[in-house]
Amino acid sequence: MSASDVLLWGVLPYVVVAVLVVGTIWRYRYDKFGWTTRSSELYESRLLRIGSPLFHFGLLVVVIGHVIGLLIPRSWTSAVGLSPTAYHVQALTLGGVAGFCTLVGVGILVYRRRTTGPVFSATTRNDKSMYVVLVAALVAGLATTLLGAMGGDEHDYRETVSPWFRSLFVLQPDVARMADAGLAFHIHTLIGMALFAIWPFTRLVHAFTAPLNYLFRPYIVYRSRATGPAARPRRRGWEDVGSR
Amino acid sequence: MRVMAQMGMVMNLDKCIGCHTCSVTCKQAWTNRSGVEYVWFNNVETRPGQGYPRRYQDQERWRGGWVRNRRGRLQLRAGGRFRKLLTIFANPVLPNIRDYYEPWTYDYETLTDAPLGDDFPVAQPKSLLSGEPLAVEWSANWDDDLGGAPEHGPLDPIVQRLRSESEEKVRFDYERAFMFFLPRICEHCLNPSCVASCPSGAMYKRTEDGIVLVDQDRCRGWRMCVTGCPYKKVYFNHRTGKAEKCTFCYPRVEVGLPTVCSETCVGRLRYLGLFLYDADRVTAAASVPDEHDLYAAQLDLLLDPDDPEVIAAARREGIAEDWLEHARRSPVYRLAKEYRVALPLHPEFRTMPMVWYIPPLSPVVDRLVETGHDGESAPNLFGAIDALRIPVEYLAELFTAGDPAPVTEVLRKLAAMRSFMRDVTLGREIDESIPAAVGMDAEQIIEMYRLLAIAKYDERYVIPTAYEGEAHQLEELGCSLDVDGGPGMGGLGPFGEASGRSVPVSVETFHALRVRQTSEDVADPGVRGARVNLLNWDGKGRPPGLFPPPREAPGEPGDVTARGSAPDGSAGTAAPEDRR
Repeated sequence: MSASDVLLWGVLPYVVVAVLVVGTIWRYRYDKFGWTTRSSELYESRLLRIGSPLFHFGLLVVVIGHVIGLLIPRSWTSAVGLSPTAYHVQALTLGGVAGFCTLVGVGILVYRRRTTGPVFSATTRNDKSMYVVLVAALVAGLATTLLGAMGGDEHDYRETVSPWFRSLFVLQPDVARMADAGLAFHIHTLIGMALFAIWPFTRLVHAFTAPLNYLFRPYIVYRSRATGPAARPRRRGWEDVGSR
Repeated sequence: MRVMAQMGMVMNLDKCIGCHTCSVTCKQAWTNRSGVEYVWFNNVETRPGQGYPRRYQDQERWRGGWVRNRRGRLQLRAGGRFRKLLTIFANPVLPNIRDYYEPWTYDYETLTDAPLGDDFPVAQPKSLLSGEPLAVEWSANWDDDLGGAPEHGPLDPIVQRLRSESEEKVRFDYERAFMFFLPRICEHCLNPSCVASCPSGAMYKRTEDGIVLVDQDRCRGWRMCVTGCPYKKVYFNHRTGKAEKCTFCYPRVEVGLPTVCSETCVGRLRYLGLFLYDADRVTAAASVPDEHDLYAAQLDLLLDPDDPEVIAAARREGIAEDWLEHARRSPVYRLAKEYRVALPLHPEFRTMPMVWYIPPLSPVVDRLVETGHDGESAPNLFGAIDALRIPVEYLAELFTAGDPAPVTEVLRKLAAMRSFMRDVTLGREIDESIPAAVGMDAEQIIEMYRLLAIAKYDERYVIPTAYEGEAHQLEELGCSLDVDGGPGMGGLGPFGEASGRSVPVSVETFHALRVRQTSEDVADPGVRGARVNLLNWDGKGRPPGLFPPPREAPGEPGDVTARGSAPDGSAGTAAPEDRR
C-alpha cells in the first residue's frame, strides 16, 4: 500500500464528495436559473427520440446495478440463496445490456449533436468536456464488465471495490482492498470520481431535480403573489428600519 | 363557494384590422432576446388559416388540453402523470422549431463590405440557430391576409373539419373568400393544462388575479407544458432551456396599467377587467359530458359581483374592497355574462380560457347593400346572418365547440344594436321590438353600444392595482391596537422600554395625539409615555414638556441641553421661559 494508493483511494473520494456537495449547494443557491436540462429537442427530435430514452433508461439501470453491486455485501446475496455464479451471470448480463444501451444511446446523441447544425452551435465547451468524461466513464465501465465476463473470478469487485466503497461511509477507507483491485477497476473508479467532481458544474445537475414530486402534487398549482413591495427582498443597505 | 378573482380580456374581432401592432409592441417589450426569436406571446392570425404554430388547433396531432375519460373525469390528453414521467427524456409530441419557423436574420454586412462589381450585393437570409444560409419558407404569419390561401387554407384544421362534416362551406376562390383576424395571447385559463403538465411544479396560477406564470428559477426545461397547452402559448426558450409565456404584462397590471397589447391596440378592441368566479366548481364545469355545454358551464362559473352573497363570500376569501368595486365595473364581465356577446376560444379544450372574443359581423352590411337591400334594417340583418360570408359554422368551431346557436345569438345582438342605434342617431322613432327580438331592452342596447363603440380608456381597462388592496398595511393599521397596555398603547414592553415589538410610528402618533387632545394637563415629561407633538409646534416659544426639567443648579442660563431630573419629579412642569 503506497502513498499514492492512500491518496487515490483514501483521500480523493472525500475530496470528490466535498466538491460534489458544496458545488451542488453553491450552484443551487447562485444559479437556479441555469439549472435546467437545456433540451435541444426543439431543434431536432427524430434522433433524440431514439437516443435519449436509450441513454437515460440504460443509465438508470446502470445506476441501480451500481447500487446493488456496491452496497449489498456478498453474504447477503448468498443468504437469500443466490450462488456467486448465478449473481455473476445476471450482473454481467443485465449490466452488459444496460451499459451497451447507454453507450449506443450516448453515441446517437453525440452524433446528433455534431451533425445537426443548431444543436452543434448550442453546444458549449462545458458540454463537450462533460461528454468526454461521461463517455470515458461509460466505456471504462463497460470494459470492466466485459473483462470480468472473460477473465473469470479473480477480478471480483465484490471482494475489493465494494468493501472499499462501503468503508468510505464509515470514514475508515479500506485502501488496501481497493489497491488490490484490477487496473480496469482503478481506471473506471477514477473516471467516475472525475465525473462526480464536475457534475455540479455541468448540465448533469438536472438529474438532481428529477420531478418525482409530480406524482404526488395536485394538478393545478396556485401561488400567491409576493404581497406588495414589502415582500421583495431588500437590497443591502435598504433594509427596513422598523418604521412601518 | 370559493370566490377567486381573475383578470380577463375581451377582444372585439369586428374592429381588428390585422395591423399586428399588438404583436410587435409585445415582442419589443418581452421577447426581443436571443432564444425567443420565434416566440410571439401575442400573435394575430388570419382565419381561415393554419395559425401559429402551424395547425396548433389539431389536438389529434398535438394532444394539448384535457379530455373527459370514460369514468367522467378529466385527464390530460397527452397522458397522465406516469406517462409524462416515462416520456420525459424525449417528449413525443413536442412541436419542432419548423412547426413555428426557423428564426433568421440577414447578412447585412455584405451590403457594405462587398467589393465593387457589376452586381448589386444581396443580404442573404441566415438562420439564427445554425448561422447557415436559409431559405425562408414560413414565419409567424406567413398566410397573413389569406396569402397563399388556395394552398394553405385547406390545411386549416377547422376548414378540414367543416369540409368533412358537411358540404363545402369554406371556399378560397377570390369571389367567395372571407377572412377575419384573430389576435391571440395566453388564455390564462381557470383550469390550465400547462400548469397540470409541468413536472417540476414551476408553473402556477396566481391566487390574487389568476395570471398563469412560469417560475424561471424552478423550471427545469422538461417541456411538458408546451405539449399541455392546446393553444401552444407556452414557448421553449432554446437558449436558456426554460419555458416562457405571456405574463398578462403583470408588472403593468399590478400598478393599474393595461397590458402592452391592449395599450397599443390601434382599433381599441381590447377590454381588460376582473371576473369573480367560483373556484370550487371549475373542475365540475370543465368535465360536463357534452362539449356544447362547455360554454354555458364556463359562463355559469362567473359570479355576479353585485350579488350580496357573492360579495360576502369574496370578503371571506380576503378579496380587497377596491377589487370588488373594480369587479362591479368590469367591462369584461358585462360583455361576457350580462350581454353575452363575448365567447371563449375553443372551450372544447376544457381549460376554461379567460380571453373572450366578440365574433365578427362586419361584411354582412356591405353585402346587403350590394344586393340592393337596406343593409342596416333589423329584419334584413337578422335574415342575412345565416347567409354570412363568414359562415356561422366556422365561428362556432372556434368559439362554441361547433354549436352554432350561441354564435347566431351573439351576431343577432350585434345586428340589433346596429339597427337600433341607427334609429337613435338619425332621431327616428325608437323601435322597442328590435332589442326585444334578442332578449334585451333599449337601455341595455345603448349601454352595450357605449361600451363597444365609444368607451374611453378608463372604461375599457378597469384594472385594480395590486397595492391599493394592501394600502391599509402601509397605513400601519396591521398592528394590533386591541391589547390594553400592549405595544400599541404607548406603554412599555414586558422587559422595560424598547422591549417587545417596535411600535409603528402611526400608532405612537395616534396615542400621543389622543392623550394630548383629551387630557386636562399639559404634557409631563416626568410621566413616561407622555409626548410633545412637535408637528403641532409652530417653532415659537417652547411648549411645556419639550425639554426635561433643569438640574437643581443649571450650569448656564441658556444651556437647554443640560439634562437632569428633579429627584422628586415635581419640577417637571417648570416652564423653561422662567429661566430667561
